[in-house]
Amino acid sequence: MVNNTKIKVRNLNLFYGEHQALIDVNMDIMKNKVTALIGPSGCGKSTFLRTLNRMNDLIDGVKIKGDVLLDDVDIYGNESDLINLRKNVGMVFQKPNPFPKTIYENVAYGPKIHGIKKKSELDEIVEKSLKGAALWDEVKDRLDKPALGLSGGQQQRLCIARCLAVEPDVILMDEPTSALDPISTVKVENLLDELKAKYTIVIVTHNMQQAGRVSDYTSFFLNGKIIETDLTENIFSNPRDKRTEDYITGRFS
Amino acid sequence: MKIHEKIIETILFICAAIATLSVLLITVFIFKEGLPVLKSYGVFNFIFGKTWSPTNEQFGALPMIMGSISVTLGALVIGVPMGIACAIFLAEIAPKSVVKIFKPAVELLAGIPSVVYGFFGLAVVVPIIRTNILPIIQKFNPDANTSGYSILGGAIILAVMILPTIVNISENAIKAVPFEYKQGSLALGASHFETITKVIIPAAKSGIITSIVLGMGRAVGETMAVILITGNMPKVPGSVLDSVATLTGTIAMEMGYAGPMHQRALFATGIILFVFIMMLNIIASTTLKRVGRG
Repeated sequence: MVNNTKIKVRNLNLFYGEHQALIDVNMDIMKNKVTALIGPSGCGKSTFLRTLNRMNDLIDGVKIKGDVLLDDVDIYGNESDLINLRKNVGMVFQKPNPFPKTIYENVAYGPKIHGIKKKSELDEIVEKSLKGAALWDEVKDRLDKPALGLSGGQQQRLCIARCLAVEPDVILMDEPTSALDPISTVKVENLLDELKAKYTIVIVTHNMQQAGRVSDYTSFFLNGKIIETDLTENIFSNPRDKRTEDYITGRFS
Repeated sequence: MKIHEKIIETILFICAAIATLSVLLITVFIFKEGLPVLKSYGVFNFIFGKTWSPTNEQFGALPMIMGSISVTLGALVIGVPMGIACAIFLAEIAPKSVVKIFKPAVELLAGIPSVVYGFFGLAVVVPIIRTNILPIIQKFNPDANTSGYSILGGAIILAVMILPTIVNISENAIKAVPFEYKQGSLALGASHFETITKVIIPAAKSGIITSIVLGMGRAVGETMAVILITGNMPKVPGSVLDSVATLTGTIAMEMGYAGPMHQRALFATGIILFVFIMMLNIIASTTLKRVGRG
């Protein structure tokens, strides 16, 4: 069990200036599993997700205490390399955010940044990544068309493909289907099931059914604290904490 | 109430009509005054004639056309990279406290009257070119000579004058790039610099191109500063150290004492300037459309 931990979070505290957004968060994220983070708006689940690839560094006045260990290396340690971290820990955002470039260029962007120049190699990565994101069949004939011409659901899968193209170990997803229609949502959810064979996935979701459908583990956040983390089936059928039960049964205000 | 609204609408219409009418009137006026000379002297002779000697009724405008083009191009060569670099710095790199000092300073540049730029160029840039830059160039080309009143001097001052236009519009364009693009790039492991050059600038390029075209328009049309610095020699220039006369400068300086024929020739020069600026605008709007689609 211990060997299967991909990310260890220990006593993590995060402050936005005076406001404390995360309080003593401890968590083990398992390798090749889908971990869902649930909780009401403003509970800190997205903030927590963004500590895992240091995206909070972009925000002025953020202070972080505690340890986040990825494969037992502290990602906030001085020697840890931000660029390598983000290469290993990919992220898919709430709003699909393809670059205003062609479909091909979007997927090839990451590999190019990381030094791959050969056209044949890039072609291969683009095809593999788009197949991995279940988008290849829909776009293979128009790779040179603008990515912004795709539908919202296709754009989000393109963003997943873009993320896969740099071959991360971990994929963070911040409410990846909240801007999508039901059919696109199902496609992305099915994709998660395939992806977890190769990747460790952490997903923030507002949608309780989604957490139940896609995740192996679920963490319930409230007011910056983790109330409980457990196997998803336990959280939904037999929560230990009263507050968790109130939230998942919708009796929470 | 109804009548009240009607009156306001009419006033608004009149204001709009006056603006449009002014453009029309000016255009008609310039063409009416200038076209006869173009016709009698020959458009080809006027545009490609190398001698501008109004007293001998020789109206070859090529020296001024080349003068305007060379000074403007020079200003763009110096001002565009500097302006875009400054915009990137202000929008992406500089901390807020630095922006608070730099940005008003750049905006202040736009408020300085052009005659002051001209005077500054005359008093500072021209002597520097004569005493400091000429010796350096003479090491490579012993025949080089200059009074300091030159394309180079005009270009340097014009470059500074177009900076506010380029910096402000480019900066706004860069700031308007959605944060999601930046975030997406950084999350893939791109560095801040890679994100700027590969995502942010391409996404802002239509605004950046607009800023360049507007800056170019300002450089072509600038008169006062250029009169004071470029030396006003109606001669096709051979090097950046040569004196030149520009289209605008010639009109401004010679109109006061020009005889009837000469005056018409100056209006014809105005037509060329007019067509020049129209072409710039057309090029700008078509590139914008093309870029917008991609």
